[in-house]
Amino acid sequence: MAEPLLKVENLVKYFPVYQRGILTKKKVGDVHAIDQISFAIGKGETVGLVGESGCGKTTTGKVILDLEEKDSGNVLFEGKDIHDSLKSSSREEKLALRRSMQMVFQNPYGSLDPRMTVFDIISEPFLIHKHIPRSEWRDRVYSLLQLVGLEEYHAERYPHEFSGGQRQRISIARALATEPRFIVADEPVSSLDVSIRAQILNLLEDLQKKTGISFLYISHDLSSVRQVSQSVAVMYLGKIFEYAPVSQVFDTPLNPYTMALLSAVPIPDPEKHTKRIILPGDVPSPVNPPPGCRFHPRCPYAAEVCRTDEPPLRQLGTSHLVACHFAEKFA
Amino acid sequence: MSAVVELLKVEDLRTYFYTEAGVVKAVDGVSFTLNEGEPLGLVGESGSGKTVAVLAAMGIVARPGRIVSGKIFLRGEELEHSSEAEMRKVRGKRIGYVSQDPNSSLDPLFTVGNQLTEVIRTHFQLTNEQAFERGVKLLKLVGIPEPETRMKSYPHELSGGMRQRIAIARALAGEPELLVADEPTTNLDVTIQAQVLDLLRTLGRDLKMSLILITHDMGLIAEMTERVVVLYAGKVAEEASTHEIFQSPKHPYTAALLASVPRLDMKANLIPIGGGIPNLITPPSGCRFNPRCAYAKQICVDQVPPLEDIGGRRAVACHRWREVDLRRTP
Repeated sequence: MAEPLLKVENLVKYFPVYQRGILTKKKVGDVHAIDQISFAIGKGETVGLVGESGCGKTTTGKVILDLEEKDSGNVLFEGKDIHDSLKSSSREEKLALRRSMQMVFQNPYGSLDPRMTVFDIISEPFLIHKHIPRSEWRDRVYSLLQLVGLEEYHAERYPHEFSGGQRQRISIARALATEPRFIVADEPVSSLDVSIRAQILNLLEDLQKKTGISFLYISHDLSSVRQVSQSVAVMYLGKIFEYAPVSQVFDTPLNPYTMALLSAVPIPDPEKHTKRIILPGDVPSPVNPPPGCRFHPRCPYAAEVCRTDEPPLRQLGTSHLVACHFAEKFA
Repeated sequence: MSAVVELLKVEDLRTYFYTEAGVVKAVDGVSFTLNEGEPLGLVGESGSGKTVAVLAAMGIVARPGRIVSGKIFLRGEELEHSSEAEMRKVRGKRIGYVSQDPNSSLDPLFTVGNQLTEVIRTHFQLTNEQAFERGVKLLKLVGIPEPETRMKSYPHELSGGMRQRIAIARALAGEPELLVADEPTTNLDVTIQAQVLDLLRTLGRDLKMSLILITHDMGLIAEMTERVVVLYAGKVAEEASTHEIFQSPKHPYTAALLASVPRLDMKANLIPIGGGIPNLITPPSGCRFNPRCAYAKQICVDQVPPLEDIGGRRAVACHRWREVDLRRTP
């Protein structure tokens, strides 16, 4: 198998929780935001990361890009550990690594500086990375605008003059300005209107076809994940529960949580009625996750072993990874 | 079979907001009818006027908004919007309302019990103790564990799903005949959304309560409703049964909306709708959808299409519905 572009190995990130007195500060526990997760993204591939709020999907994206410091584990980009590289290498090498990995944020209203013109926003990476001579800036900005479906005259405008969908296009253009090979797209369509979402999803797919970029597509919206991803990782309380090619996750899920998640999504077709699995209760607190399988208090199939032993992520079939003691039963 | 009862009828409702930038025609001539026991969906994107239309029907329009025209009938009686005292008897008592965001619809400074008993005592002559007991029963009804303890909790102590259940319990406190749920699950995770939808469905069945569901999610519409009104930029684009809306949409906007939504059960070829939602201070002339419509002709720019009754309880506002074939490519 070819070396994947990005490899995540046993990545862990805890956030400490403190109890504060007037003069004292006592650590009372940890939020287990991500707990020993591993996956890989190939060249030109999109991996979808799905899960409910608080499952650690955004933290995963940020730790991969070193926007949050990791606690342990490795992130390898083209075979090199990025956290080591960012610590020990020269400034030029660090910048080169930063250029190759970018992020598109959820909220295009918060992620664009209202005081900067679109030209300034998109050319700011050139200013920082100095990888493009100033004489070429204008042409570059125009071609980036064109690439994301905007016009040249938009460059002189300010973010408030744009709609949400157009703003998201601007932030995608900004992410593309450094010619990255990998982009973390964190819920890029969830703050947009339904009729606009398809525009952005299609844009991401087109960009991938044109430039061979890889994406980590983070979303809670399973339908859009199916639309853009080739592989899907399902997260629950900081753990990957299932990781497989998109059709396997959606058509033959092997983890009861994935099954419940899929059955909960309403399908826009009144003729199709899926059998809905309704999970009792809420997602438990990630500060003290339940022992054994983290899903056992809500799982309709939970047995004694689930209360005590944590199921490892194991391989079933050729490419289906699943963390459940009873996955064979569902195959 | 019992005769069809028209529970709510909205006729030519117009609600404008008089802002400094100009007059925003948020709801501009909207009519629809809700029959008893026939869950109705109001679909539209942000700014389509779906929330304003329903709130205006209940007589809740904040300044600078004003109901410019329109008649609202509840079981055939016309509601007097001018009389605040009359409307107070309708709100909560006959029409319950659940808003999108349970975080802001519950008061953070009062316990769940306070907020429930306040509503109960507004509608019924009860002592505090009786109202408390009734509140506990309501919490049980919406599936909240340990209702006695929860009555003493503050909203921040509860999860989003629980808060939405409490908001629903409060809307039910006056025992309304109609429940309006305005994007009741947009802020919730999918597994919690499934719980809330299930609750709404059982309530409708057990309490014989009619439902108006406001949403932009075509999946919810397919699952929860029997009739649909599609709104675009403050006007009704199309009205039909849910089955017909999905099988044979007659308005280009409905068809385009359906073709642009990603689906869980297959990877479809998404066809986005170009452009954006129009500005309602200076809406496009003629049909408001014409700048984004693939089938627009000169007449669509020149004339406003009327909402035409096309038989079989269907209505559509499009000049070209007869000639254009919108059948979805599978």
